[in-house]
Amino acid sequence: MSPAPQTLSGWGRFPVGDSVVATPADRAGMARAVGGDHGAGLIARGLGRAYGDSAFVAGGTVVETARIDRFRGFDPQSGLLDVEAGVSFAEIIAVFLPRGWFLPTTPGTKYVTVGGAIAADVHGKNHHRHGSIGMFVERIDVCVADGTVVSCSRGENSDLFHATLGGMGLTGVIVAASFRLVRVETSRVTVDYHRTADLEETLTVFEAGDAGSEHSVAWIDCMASGRAMGRSVVMQGRNTPLGELSPEARRDPFGLPRKRVKSVPFTPPVSLLNSSSVRVFNEVFYAAHGNRRKVVDLDTFFYPLDSIRHWNRLYGPRGFIQYQAFFPRNSSLDGLRELLSTIVASGAASFLAVLKSCGPADGAMLSFLEPGHTLALDIPYRQGVIEALCGRLDRILLEHGGRLYLAKDALMDGTTFRAMYPRLDEFLAVKRRYDPDGLFASSQSRRLGITPV
Amino acid sequence: MSRTPKRDDPRNVILVGATSGIARGLGRRLVARGWNLVVTGRDAARLAPLADDLRVRGSGTIATLVFDPSDGAAVAGLFGAAAALLGAPPDGIIVCHGTLPDESGALLDVGQTRDAIDAGFTSAAMVLAAAARALEDRPGAFLAAISSVAGDRGRQSNYTYGAAKAGLTAYLSGLRNRLHPRGVAVLTVKPGIVRTAMTEGLAAARSPLAADADTVARDIERAILRRQDVLYTPWFWWPVMTVIGAIPEAIFKRLKL
Repeated sequence: MSPAPQTLSGWGRFPVGDSVVATPADRAGMARAVGGDHGAGLIARGLGRAYGDSAFVAGGTVVETARIDRFRGFDPQSGLLDVEAGVSFAEIIAVFLPRGWFLPTTPGTKYVTVGGAIAADVHGKNHHRHGSIGMFVERIDVCVADGTVVSCSRGENSDLFHATLGGMGLTGVIVAASFRLVRVETSRVTVDYHRTADLEETLTVFEAGDAGSEHSVAWIDCMASGRAMGRSVVMQGRNTPLGELSPEARRDPFGLPRKRVKSVPFTPPVSLLNSSSVRVFNEVFYAAHGNRRKVVDLDTFFYPLDSIRHWNRLYGPRGFIQYQAFFPRNSSLDGLRELLSTIVASGAASFLAVLKSCGPADGAMLSFLEPGHTLALDIPYRQGVIEALCGRLDRILLEHGGRLYLAKDALMDGTTFRAMYPRLDEFLAVKRRYDPDGLFASSQSRRLGITPV
Repeated sequence: MSRTPKRDDPRNVILVGATSGIARGLGRRLVARGWNLVVTGRDAARLAPLADDLRVRGSGTIATLVFDPSDGAAVAGLFGAAAALLGAPPDGIIVCHGTLPDESGALLDVGQTRDAIDAGFTSAAMVLAAAARALEDRPGAFLAAISSVAGDRGRQSNYTYGAAKAGLTAYLSGLRNRLHPRGVAVLTVKPGIVRTAMTEGLAAARSPLAADADTVARDIERAILRRQDVLYTPWFWWPVMTVIGAIPEAIFKRLKL
């Protein structure tokens, strides 16, 4: 008896698709689930934080890693942590921050699994210094199409390693991995805020301060036009050393404030984030952040939106898309300028727009970032309008040698994708080696032509 | 500014059926408190990764014991074995093992009925009997077992399971009455439907009343620390079962529940 399909979506709640969902209890169960008969494709799903259609496959099977969530070992000398794929970043923080360890890099939510983080090769506010999570991953265990688990690293089965890292789950189901945590002395970050007048100044502030800042990111006002286009609040931070805490705070250096988690209890009939509300928010936010230094806790600095559960519901029943663009260093100023003016002209409101500078690439075949800049923005979904806008943005990206992040993408076409990811053929060759019958597929991989429809 | 886990006096606790969905979350919470645990299960291959997980999370001693709660000799030796593994006599036990027979289709046959009662009641009562004998002279000790709201009233969809759990609830109630003067707490846990591997694929697991295993584990942890008697988890099952319990049998027998 096959259970009824469930309607799934990514975090953007657009698009949606129906998949049969299985939640194996352990790695052996996962191997059985993968080895079963899935003519219509199979893809792994962690906490569903990818925005688009990468963690479901319409008409196929989704295997959740929720119960494959055990810690396997930790070496307090090297910081090497060995975990099953379903362990979340939130869980790792809860267990290890009190002992003085933190994630080597983290996306803007801690509600992601290790498996999902590796499949999307996630990056965070320290990419300009250290690159994405792949830089810290030592080993990945992948359950490949025949149900066997293949261990891979830079030295062993390195083809599978570099295809699985950033490979969006298309080489197999990641069931376990080991990666290095980093030492922190406190649970705080010392942040310098700089308010900039325009895009050029924003990039200059990055240039000037990034070398000395462990973390760096800019909130950018996507409603500002003309001379103010690209005005931002740049936040450059470093992990606060113990010696800089007040004597009172020093008694509990790894404590985090107990925040009241707010929740969006239901989906409003229309998006509450429209051009008027976002314009007001942006004015207030920009005005409120002068140039100053502040010590904040890790949750506030890294995960501001995690304090509002189901915030994605604010975009209403039709959802939203997140558009994350990368431009290489030599073309980023021109590219970003053109991208921003197109967005401003379209009137598409972006509540959360984030700009950051990027550092070293990690060698993943479908790697997203290398030295340059990346801009991420939310756009409420409006049928027809958004497809046309994203098509225009994609062309700007291509003209400037940029690319779009697969963990956010929901609309790109196959031709564009192929032009942005030059190592696709190399990736496909590895996929064929471990998945000759094309078992692993997502709605995204079919849309992009990575797997046949 | 504090969420750093609080440490209390280390407890030495036996977690029976530790690979179950609820026990997994509960074990994680208890080791985060610094408690020492003996985790038991029938299958050594599933116990080892569970113990590794708990060792990474906790600072106390984590020992594994392959243990079949339906084996009388093994049950009689449980506390001795646990004491040897921990280097100290246990002062608490949590009984979590169980299975859910499929009563949705045809009536269970004679053998299936016996198996369901044995799995849901007999083995748990045997373990609790051994625990009571081992802990009756240890004031401050506790016994906890996972019963079910299904034991509050028999319904056509799971009355064999419910009957076994009703037996367990009655057993725990009597044990509490007996051990209370000796300062030993007995906790009856009555969860509703919980999303775990045991309920995977059941329509009920997708009901809005279904709870996450971790929510239930959190409630159980709190009830153990408070030395509570009976826990409905999540809390809304207490009013729900009060209403269901008050329906006259003449009406109840006509309902589709």
